[in-house]
Amino acid sequence: MEHIIKNGIVYDPLNKIDGEKKDICIRDGKIVDSVNEADANVIDASGKIVMAGGIDPHTHIAGAKVNVGRMYRPEDSKKDVESRLAGKRSGSGFSVPSTFMTGYRYAQMGYTTAMEAAMPPLLSRHTHEEFIDTPIIDHAAYPLFGNNWFVMEYLKEGDVDSCAAYVSWLLKATKGYTIKIVNPAGTEAWAWGGNVHGIHDPAPYFDITAAEIIKGLAEVNEMLGLPHAIHLHCNDLGHPGNYETTLASFDVPKGIKPNPKTGSRDAVLYATHVQFHSYGGTTWRDFVSEAGSIADYVNKNDHLVIDVGQVTLDETTTMTADGPMEYDLHSINGLKWANCDVELETGSGVVPFLYTPGAPVPSVQWAIGMELFLLINDPGKVCLTTDSPNAGPFTRYPRVISWLMSNQYRSNLIENELHKWAQRKSDIATIEREYSFYEIAQVTRSTPAQVLGLSDTKGHLGVGADADVAVYSFNPETQDPSSDYMALEEAIQNATCVLKDGNIVVKDGVVVNIGIHGRTYWIDTQLEEGIYNEVVTDVEKKFKQYYSVNFQNYPVQEEYLPRSTPVNGVML
Amino acid sequence: MSEIILTPKEQPQVPLEAKNITPDAFAGKTIDEIKELKIWHGNIQVALSEFFDVDGESAENASEMKIIIDGDVYNTKRIGQKMTAGEITVKGNVNMYVGVEMKGGKLTVEGNAASWAGQDMEGGELVIMGNAEDYVGAAYRGDWRGMSGGKITVYGNVGSEIAEYMNGGKMIIKGNVAIMPGVHMNNGVLIIEGNVVARVGGEMAGGTIVVKGVINEFLAGFKYIGVEKEIEVDGETIPGAFYKFKGDHATKGANGTVYAAVAGNGHIVP
Repeated sequence: MEHIIKNGIVYDPLNKIDGEKKDICIRDGKIVDSVNEADANVIDASGKIVMAGGIDPHTHIAGAKVNVGRMYRPEDSKKDVESRLAGKRSGSGFSVPSTFMTGYRYAQMGYTTAMEAAMPPLLSRHTHEEFIDTPIIDHAAYPLFGNNWFVMEYLKEGDVDSCAAYVSWLLKATKGYTIKIVNPAGTEAWAWGGNVHGIHDPAPYFDITAAEIIKGLAEVNEMLGLPHAIHLHCNDLGHPGNYETTLASFDVPKGIKPNPKTGSRDAVLYATHVQFHSYGGTTWRDFVSEAGSIADYVNKNDHLVIDVGQVTLDETTTMTADGPMEYDLHSINGLKWANCDVELETGSGVVPFLYTPGAPVPSVQWAIGMELFLLINDPGKVCLTTDSPNAGPFTRYPRVISWLMSNQYRSNLIENELHKWAQRKSDIATIEREYSFYEIAQVTRSTPAQVLGLSDTKGHLGVGADADVAVYSFNPETQDPSSDYMALEEAIQNATCVLKDGNIVVKDGVVVNIGIHGRTYWIDTQLEEGIYNEVVTDVEKKFKQYYSVNFQNYPVQEEYLPRSTPVNGVML
Repeated sequence: MSEIILTPKEQPQVPLEAKNITPDAFAGKTIDEIKELKIWHGNIQVALSEFFDVDGESAENASEMKIIIDGDVYNTKRIGQKMTAGEITVKGNVNMYVGVEMKGGKLTVEGNAASWAGQDMEGGELVIMGNAEDYVGAAYRGDWRGMSGGKITVYGNVGSEIAEYMNGGKMIIKGNVAIMPGVHMNNGVLIIEGNVVARVGGEMAGGTIVVKGVINEFLAGFKYIGVEKEIEVDGETIPGAFYKFKGDHATKGANGTVYAAVAGNGHIVP
């Protein structure tokens, strides 16, 4: 099938196209130079915005803790129910939608790729099983390494080579995509009933610090030539005064040379949901925004890319591998708490949370997220996320985009709905910057594609890219997003037309076809056989000693991936 | 006040879900339009007239309308869901979820009600002349925000976990209660005139529970305060002598009150 998207106003930062009227031609699921107009299906995009499919580099949509969120929050499911329509499954869940609804809702907003940001290796089969039931979107999962016993032991001994071999094996075994690090040393400390504070506080027994883990894994990442940088959730999440830990963590991998075998990233660190890590003060009473200091660091350094984790002011469900943080949260809000220890690997927790606009702390959290977006000068260093569903569900991205594009929208909110702390404890009310559509395309398309190492085929509309395209009914020539922000939010919430791999999947905001199954990206690397085999033998021995499953039953077979898409790292 | 009379035909084996039987849904509609209102029979939507004869006179506003269900609807759920005004009287039994999320008006069941009567109720009055099963005036599954207003009266006996997560309003049970009335209660008033099997006010953080009958087993998390006579609850004076307890100290910041009649409850005081 051939398509031609005619006369749209195109924003495509990777190809430096900023609002040009341009036709996009599609054949066999790819963007091509031209098609035979007589045979092609013509999609009229006159007066509409055309962008590549959106990419969410950090979200929680599949796997064990997501499912705990669904199961233990029937009251969240009740709030948002969709009945079965032709060709679609029914579904439910406002902050943690069921798998099918997750796929539909990303697609309806013009998003075609979403990455599950925390996969306990032991539970990777469950994660992939949920991907099987998540239609349309391309995806990958990030296995957790930051509190893994093997990683901590190899790095403690200074054996980076063995650690690399282990990481290589685990990525393959779990069909994972990147080195995810969550509260390094802290989640292990939680298994002992504690936490670590800062990056130089060692984990019990293993006697290794967050700084050592981050540095070691960053070296491993570049040894293996992985497409994405290490994906770091810093220590001390959500604690007043944590920005110092955040800045110290940012400095740890500085100086390491990026070495991706695919893609073209420059960063060696991807720091996630930085909003939760930009807090000043010492308690919730003297809590203030330190987004300025963080933004300043990001502006002055080129070795990192961040995502924001914007608070959307909703009732939502927090879920993370940062077990001790979830306990702290539960102690603050008193709401139900689920906790899990994952054997030799990680832990997790789940707690509902209400970001009430009129409450002091959520108002400042909202302001901090916005400040990060607006004070970091280069959108090539920022990705748009809500750490869905932690700071709010991904279905609020259109609202976040409208906030970024309209100072008036923000001012109305600050003056009429937010607690006065938003103005008193942050500079948000004094910032007038508004994003352009080009910059929006950067933070939702090109920047995530590039830092994920997928920019050959994702995040742009150049020849050879996957034909993932979103068309939005908003005319930048006649409408001003700064004043017409509600129309903009509506237009992005319900894309006029979305194509995935060249198939029309959404029309007028409704999923009309689920097309072919999304790709599962995972990392295939090959190391020297000697050290690889040595490490695997060591791992097998530990399985016998400590694991509740057999070594042979642990790896996820490729049969679990409906559309397996390995990405090569180092291949020897 | 105009009256609409719904005469049930035979109740089906697969339950009906009739959240459209409210003065709000009927208001401003002709009898013929009311007959065509949709209710669920299992997973199929059918017209109300398939299971009910509809008669009487409609009204423009819900507040001027009374719906009489003239018979037993033991297999019909969700009658009066979210009603805001007017009246409903059921001259028989009802299935689950009667008066769920009610906001106003009055709903009377002359027979028995199954579980979840008055779940998440916000206002109005729900009266059950017979017995009710579990979760009377409880929160939706998983939610920590339950009944917030209105009044529920049950003349018969009820099951377990009534007034769970109650946040406001008033509930009066004339008969006996199974276990855990007022569990997780935060506010509001629960008056039990009969006996309770066990665990009154488990993990309650606020609100008041009065038990005039006998509490078979009481929880350890309550602190005994002393005997009070002629207690004042929700602006009303309740005669008699009561043991007063505060708790449940199994939960943080507990400030709930339980009064248990002195007569018959000597075994629960220290």
